[in-house]
Amino acid sequence: MKDTDFSKWQLWSLVILRVAIGWHFLYEGIIKIMNPNWSSIGYLMDSRGLFAGVFHSIAGNPALLNIMDFVNMWGLILIGAGLIVGLFTRIASIAGMILLAFYYLSHPAIIGVNYAMPTEGSYLWVNKNLIELLTLWVILLFPTWKTIGIDRFLFKKK
Amino acid sequence: MNDKEKNTGSSKMNRRDVLKGLATVPVLGAMAYGTWRKTRQDHIRSHKLAKELNMSSDEKEYTPFKHDGDAIRIGLIGYGIRGTQLMKAAGFAHPEAVQNLKDQAAENSQDKRYADFLEQDDLNIQVTGVCDLFDVHAQKAIEAAANIGREGKDGQMGPVPKRYRTYQELLAADDIDAVIIATPDHWHARMTIDAALAGKHVYAEKGFTLTMDENYAVRDAVKQSGIVYQLGHQGRQTESYIKAKEAIEKQLIGKINLIEVCTNRNSANGAWVYDIHPDANPNTVDWEQFEAPCEVKHPWSPERFFRWRCWWDYGTGLSGDLLTHEFDAINQILGMGIPTSASASGGVYFWKDKKRGDYVNEIREVPDVWNTVLEYPDLDFSLLYSASLASNNNRGKTIMGHDGYMEFGNTLTIYADRQSTRYEEQIKSGLIDPELPIYTYIPGRKNADAVATATEQYFAARGLLYTYRGGRRVDTTHLHIAEWIQCIRENKQPSCNIDQAFEEGVAASMGIMAQRENRTIFWDKDKEQVV
Repeated sequence: MKDTDFSKWQLWSLVILRVAIGWHFLYEGIIKIMNPNWSSIGYLMDSRGLFAGVFHSIAGNPALLNIMDFVNMWGLILIGAGLIVGLFTRIASIAGMILLAFYYLSHPAIIGVNYAMPTEGSYLWVNKNLIELLTLWVILLFPTWKTIGIDRFLFKKK
Repeated sequence: MNDKEKNTGSSKMNRRDVLKGLATVPVLGAMAYGTWRKTRQDHIRSHKLAKELNMSSDEKEYTPFKHDGDAIRIGLIGYGIRGTQLMKAAGFAHPEAVQNLKDQAAENSQDKRYADFLEQDDLNIQVTGVCDLFDVHAQKAIEAAANIGREGKDGQMGPVPKRYRTYQELLAADDIDAVIIATPDHWHARMTIDAALAGKHVYAEKGFTLTMDENYAVRDAVKQSGIVYQLGHQGRQTESYIKAKEAIEKQLIGKINLIEVCTNRNSANGAWVYDIHPDANPNTVDWEQFEAPCEVKHPWSPERFFRWRCWWDYGTGLSGDLLTHEFDAINQILGMGIPTSASASGGVYFWKDKKRGDYVNEIREVPDVWNTVLEYPDLDFSLLYSASLASNNNRGKTIMGHDGYMEFGNTLTIYADRQSTRYEEQIKSGLIDPELPIYTYIPGRKNADAVATATEQYFAARGLLYTYRGGRRVDTTHLHIAEWIQCIRENKQPSCNIDQAFEEGVAASMGIMAQRENRTIFWDKDKEQVV
């Protein structure tokens, strides 16, 4: 097997970026799992924009809401851990992008929309969810895991 | 390098390979360590704080009211806006209203009002008589009372109640055990007294009475008769008030010195400028009977009939109508009773034009901006009420003490005061941050603690939390009626009984006297009279 052709600095900057995003996902997941009262209902009910109706109806359906809560909690944890250790990193990146797309679509930073949830910055169209999503795209296109990550062993077998 | 590795045997991993593959795994350890540290710190803080505050962490168990035994037969007096709401809370809504809820639920799956209504407990009551002075409302009341299956249009209806032209005839009926009074305030006293004399239990809307003198008469009549009386303050059923009471008893905010409560509304409806029914005229409304208690009689006036709250002849204004909700909330927490003195001021400052939108009529007498100050020198605090019917700025309820203050409504939040004596040490040690709540209670949440996130509080305050999950929202008015019905069955006193009603009635009357007579009104506790 051949390691990727990145320079040392290129490789480690991308790995650190990957780990940092993984860290963010993992901690968001852990904090939700440790809080027995956590539910996405408030977040979903706060949705605005084109797809608000979809998110509101998920919140209005207890069965669907439970599934959503479960997928969200464990999704965050598995994606986060995957990105950090570089295991099934490609899948983790894609899943992370999907999750972030949901967050972005439920709370788009569009003109004339205000959210109950406090934000720590100012956004127009581009917000941190979108940036994180685009960053995961970069991670996906530059396969650092082939060098740094458990995937290295899996790829090696092939 | 890699080519070399390949050449030396691809199936065997060397040390370098393993290191690269697992290079980022220690990050998981860092995460575990960080999470452990943070959790431990949060735990220590909330544990120490919880020990310090000593608030019960359990939510009050919700014990549903019992509805067994014989059906209780109800007579309804007054089927206007509030009468309609009370009937629905008792389980009887007009088929058109149910159909409307049904249609809206079909259109919008999030609209749970129809499901909530269907799930509302059956109180095992029958409405056997209705009385309303307006034919259209009386007919609607009959149709609502017959809708025992909570059906929409074309549903199966039950037995039809009798319509009475006067409340006296309704009270004389043998097939009525209890009455719900939802008339204008100028009728409350005489209807309650007559009901008590007839031995019928009473659920009456606020304001308790129209005048100071009536307060005594109603109390005496109810006490002598032994009927079960409940005043319509559904806030008695609000969970956060129970927690607030516990916090006060445990001295969480120290010595109380000032209480601030308010009302803010900014719509025609909120300012009591209700729609006038097109079919109302002297032939369909018994205007003479409506005016019977008034000293000075007025010619037929649809404005006065539908918007009666705007005139002192029929209503008690902001004092009897809305201050009383706030007063009752505080009275159930502090039990402070009747104030030593009351001063009040206000005026008609917004609804003063002959024409404002749809509002074209005589100008109201009752102020739309109102302030009352109730003094409690024996308890060392003042209670300040201020209200506007032309601003939506919701200021909530605040109880201020030397050691902290609490803000409450549907939720309860308590902050320590920076200069507190009780919390001096804890503030110094950093355990308590005066900027952050020391206690937060969000109903429906399993555990109340200090570390509810800002987001959680945001959502809860806006009614977005715990509203849909588990699917059940409970109407406080329903609970309040259910409590009254259970007390009738068990011959017990309900939460907003005649003593509570008397205290709030006197306080409201003192405020009205103070504003209208432009003087401070004093109360002699021993003689139980205004001096």
